[in-house]
Amino acid sequence: MKGALKPEAAAELIPEGASVMIGGFMAVGSPHRMIDAIVARGVGGLTVISNDTAMPGKGIGKLISAGLVRHVIASHIGLNPETQAKMISGEITCELVPQGTLIERIRAGGMGLGGILTPTGLATEVEEGKQIVEVDGRRYLLETPLKADFALIGAWQADYIGNLTYMLTAQNFNPTMALAGRTVIAEADSIVPVGVIPPDAVKTPGVLVDHLLIRPGGGIA
Amino acid sequence: MMDAKELIARRVAREVRPGTLVNLGIGLPSMVANYVPTGLGVFFQAENGMIGLGARPPEGMEDRHLTDAGGGFVTAVPGAASIDSAMSFGLIRGGHLDMTVLGGLQVDESGHLANWKVPGKMVPGMGGAMDLVTGAARVIVAMQHTARGESKIVPVCTLPLTALRRVDLVVTDLAVIEPTGVGLVLRERAPGVTVADIRAATEATLVIPDDVPEMTLN
Repeated sequence: MKGALKPEAAAELIPEGASVMIGGFMAVGSPHRMIDAIVARGVGGLTVISNDTAMPGKGIGKLISAGLVRHVIASHIGLNPETQAKMISGEITCELVPQGTLIERIRAGGMGLGGILTPTGLATEVEEGKQIVEVDGRRYLLETPLKADFALIGAWQADYIGNLTYMLTAQNFNPTMALAGRTVIAEADSIVPVGVIPPDAVKTPGVLVDHLLIRPGGGIA
Repeated sequence: MMDAKELIARRVAREVRPGTLVNLGIGLPSMVANYVPTGLGVFFQAENGMIGLGARPPEGMEDRHLTDAGGGFVTAVPGAASIDSAMSFGLIRGGHLDMTVLGGLQVDESGHLANWKVPGKMVPGMGGAMDLVTGAARVIVAMQHTARGESKIVPVCTLPLTALRRVDLVVTDLAVIEPTGVGLVLRERAPGVTVADIRAATEATLVIPDDVPEMTLN
């Protein structure tokens, strides 16, 4: 962990055209201050890898509205009509991936695997162009790993060395994405001293986290 | 006369077995939970990360960290477990989910479901649907029998398929239909609906047993 950054300083790390994994499910558990800082900076051409694009004005939907996204890899865009409209107009390209396959491709990327074999998508459009592998008489699609330049993580608690916990359904893609970003930036609802989070409660070990955002509201008590 | 969606939800609720893990899709399928008796020991899964989903909390008590897959506020029942997406889909794909209820755009005579895309018109994405249909022990489609006067039960799906797997049961506002190796078997009629009504509203060929009883509803 390299220390805590203001959101605007963290956003400056992300160059034009970067690939960015963003945690959250319909904006629940997304790193909202980080997203706001990227929108304020206005550097775009991003490839966003996320479960969904939330809805206009919320979470990842803000990046879509601001025109900062060129390519989306997601499982569902149905609740954001702007993403669909921009996809139809050609402003955004979109790869739709079954949700269980998406999380496993990210996990493969983060855990050093060469891909995963899944029955999901067989005999559907998802199968097109992919290798089919037979194991013990069962057929599977070979799905390739996903990594990204950045993983932007929304957490519940962080300690000073970046150990993270999550709250209820706000964990979703976050713990897996924290393994798959070359640079990992996490924001938490609160930052606590080392030792406050018991070892068994740590869901993302701090060794994975490069930067934390400073405390909400400024960081200095 | 009961609303069509309520009728479907009440009939699907009868399929929920005690002590099982059940995933309900967004929209009409999520209404099923309203008609499942308490005390069955059923846990509802939300694929965004909860086993043991409960009803919406009282006004003002919502927690922004606790939602269902549609982003609506929910509660967690005693015994609930929060999980991440890898675990959630491991449960689904790994054969640990006893039953899923999904909406549909089309079901065909092979029992194939199409429910994620209308090419050129609507591309919401498959979300978790492909994994659910592939992995759940039992797949139930809950949908209106027709859309804008057209049958949603067709000889062969013209829309992109959700999965290779044959679904187990289709519950509509007119009928309960079981896809089998010999075709779509008409199992039950909705209250006040005749076999002839169902035939007239169905583009696919139905296998019709001698006795087609009226649905019982929860």
